Amino acid sequence: MTNRTRTATALVVLILWATLASTAASTRTRWTTAQLEELRSMSITELPPLPPDPTNRVADDPRAADLGRRLFFDTRLSSNGRVACSTCHQPERGFQDGIALAVGVGTTARRTMPIAGMARSPFLFWDGRKDSLWAQALGPLESPVEHGGTRAQYAHLIAAHYRRDYEAVFGPLPDLSAVPGSAGPAGDATAMTAWSTLNETLRDLVTSVFVNIGKAIAAYERHIVFGASRFDRYVAAVTAGHPGDDVLTEDEIAGLRLFIGRANCSQCHNGPLLTNNEFHNTGVPSRPELPLDRGRLTGATTVVGEEFNCRSRWSDARQRCAELDFIVTGAHTLDRAYKVPSLRNVAERAPYMDGGQLATLADVLDHYNRAPAAVGGHSELRSLRLKSIELRQLEAFLRTLSGPVLVDGRAAAGATP
Amino acid sequence: MKTLHTLMILAVLTAASTLTACSHAMMMIHGTGARRPAASEFTLGPRASVEGRYVATLEPSQPLRPRQMQTVRVIVRDVDGRGIDDAQIVVDGGMPQHGHGLPTRPRVTRSLGDGIYEIEGVRFNMGGWWEFRLAITGSRGVDTVTFNLAV
Ligand code: HEC
Ligand code: HEC
Ligand SMILES: [Cu+2]
Repeated sequence: MTNRTRTATALVVLILWATLASTAASTRTRWTTAQLEELRSMSITELPPLPPDPTNRVADDPRAADLGRRLFFDTRLSSNGRVACSTCHQPERGFQDGIALAVGVGTTARRTMPIAGMARSPFLFWDGRKDSLWAQALGPLESPVEHGGTRAQYAHLIAAHYRRDYEAVFGPLPDLSAVPGSAGPAGDATAMTAWSTLNETLRDLVTSVFVNIGKAIAAYERHIVFGASRFDRYVAAVTAGHPGDDVLTEDEIAGLRLFIGRANCSQCHNGPLLTNNEFHNTGVPSRPELPLDRGRLTGATTVVGEEFNCRSRWSDARQRCAELDFIVTGAHTLDRAYKVPSLRNVAERAPYMDGGQLATLADVLDHYNRAPAAVGGHSELRSLRLKSIELRQLEAFLRTLSGPVLVDGRAAAGATP
Repeated sequence: MKTLHTLMILAVLTAASTLTACSHAMMMIHGTGARRPAASEFTLGPRASVEGRYVATLEPSQPLRPRQMQTVRVIVRDVDGRGIDDAQIVVDGGMPQHGHGLPTRPRVTRSLGDGIYEIEGVRFNMGGWWEFRLAITGSRGVDTVTFNLAV
């Protein structure tokens, strides 16, 4: 080699090294301004104040929340005396139960959803068939596989055990002496017969107490929120101009880069709760032992005609019900579309999806990578073709989203009365 | 000399390919062919309709933000600046890069005169480039105006 060749070779090696080194460095630390903006928008600190719920006049009454908390944990609100909301929504487990299909009086067809932050969601349940927290709470109470009781039974329970606190919030309890111990439009045959013999005035009195149970529980649920995670601390660091590499590892940062980049996750999992609160078909398989579930296609139609929706006479709303007025119903895109879950604390609550179909986060990421065809409707996903190292990085990132679940600023484990 | 050339070419190619890979990834994060228009195309108006029959301007009641139900006024005028009343306006939209539409069905709920209409029920379920289309049927005929919005 001549001297000239040697210098030139050195130069070439230098160029190569510099190029490769700079790419490596940029995957590690550098975010564009647009990416920093997106990261900031996902931080828990970006959550605006909780908006009021015009459908629930006691939504922000602390006495109602206190009553609601006691009702949430009370197993007397069930047909067998053993099921409370907290049976499935266990505070020490982030208000869920860690099993595929929830078990109350019987077994449900869906997985228990964590409650935190959902006071901000316009629609509740995997299929969005309810449009407020209080209307939602009335569902499990009358479901034969969850609490299994009847609205007359619950009204009597309030009269017997919660009269003073109920009346302080809602005013005098109606006279229920003419109402049988168990009666309701959705109970067993005897309860339904008993309900059909009641006159409309009595039915309305019972239903008004039942509705207020829901409103008190909703007032409590509005206090259940997510606290900051390691991810939020990373965002605080990088948006303040720090590298943040003492908060997240290289793999976790690479996973975050994929999450908002090539893996498209933030198309649906966006904002401070990492959900757009909408409904999407992601081709999750149905549970073979259950009848085919159409998800939002059914849920959207149900909520429009639902007994306790925003337009119903049980709602306190005075203004228009925008969510119902501009809702999409009957569209093909709703078929087997499910509510996008928040990804906060996701690593703490396997198994995953509406029916617990996928056992681990690795299974979830494998699902997104393959993007299988939907068993009904059309999946919106396209296969990602990520390498196995990239899937591991995504998983590492998802684990950074864990933090406390707070009730009035205290970690939920201390939330039991 | 030959090895030198080969090395040189290799170096340039590596540098070039890393650079294009980066910019490629940035241009089309979500990877459907649609290209984000130039920054100057992002405007609330005044914006001319496709066939030039109308000029429309959007006035959101609050800055456009993702995941929120919003109300947007639209002012429809003819090319001479006269407000167009009694028009039928059909609202539609979506994200060309992702191939999805709006999550709600927004519509005109009030006509305020002077070519001003109120559109309610607008929600964008993520940040980014949205198209917001108004199909206008009015005294000047049928025409469509498409806004590019940065949410
Ligand atoms: C038997 C277990 C069980 C009981 C008891 C139960 N839930 Fe649930 N909860 C579930 C399941 C399962 C879902 C999802 C059901 C679906 O989508 O059809 C759910 C969904 C919810 C949601 C919707 C969250 C969201 O993101 O949309 C809320 C809120 C909720 N439950 C609150 C309550 C309250 C309040 C009670 C008591 C009145 C209660 N649950 C009783 C299992 C239970
Ligand atoms: C098109 C919208 C969409 C995109 C894109 C998307 N998700 Fe989801 N995600 C959903 C929906 C909808 C569900 C619930 C589906 C169901 O239960 O059937 C879900 C569920 C999940 C769950 C399970 C959470 C739980 O509590 O069960 C995880 C984890 C998850 N997504 C992570 C991701 C990651 C990581 C990406 C990117 C690789 C991603 N998602 C991309 C819509 C989306
Ligand atoms: Cu999109």
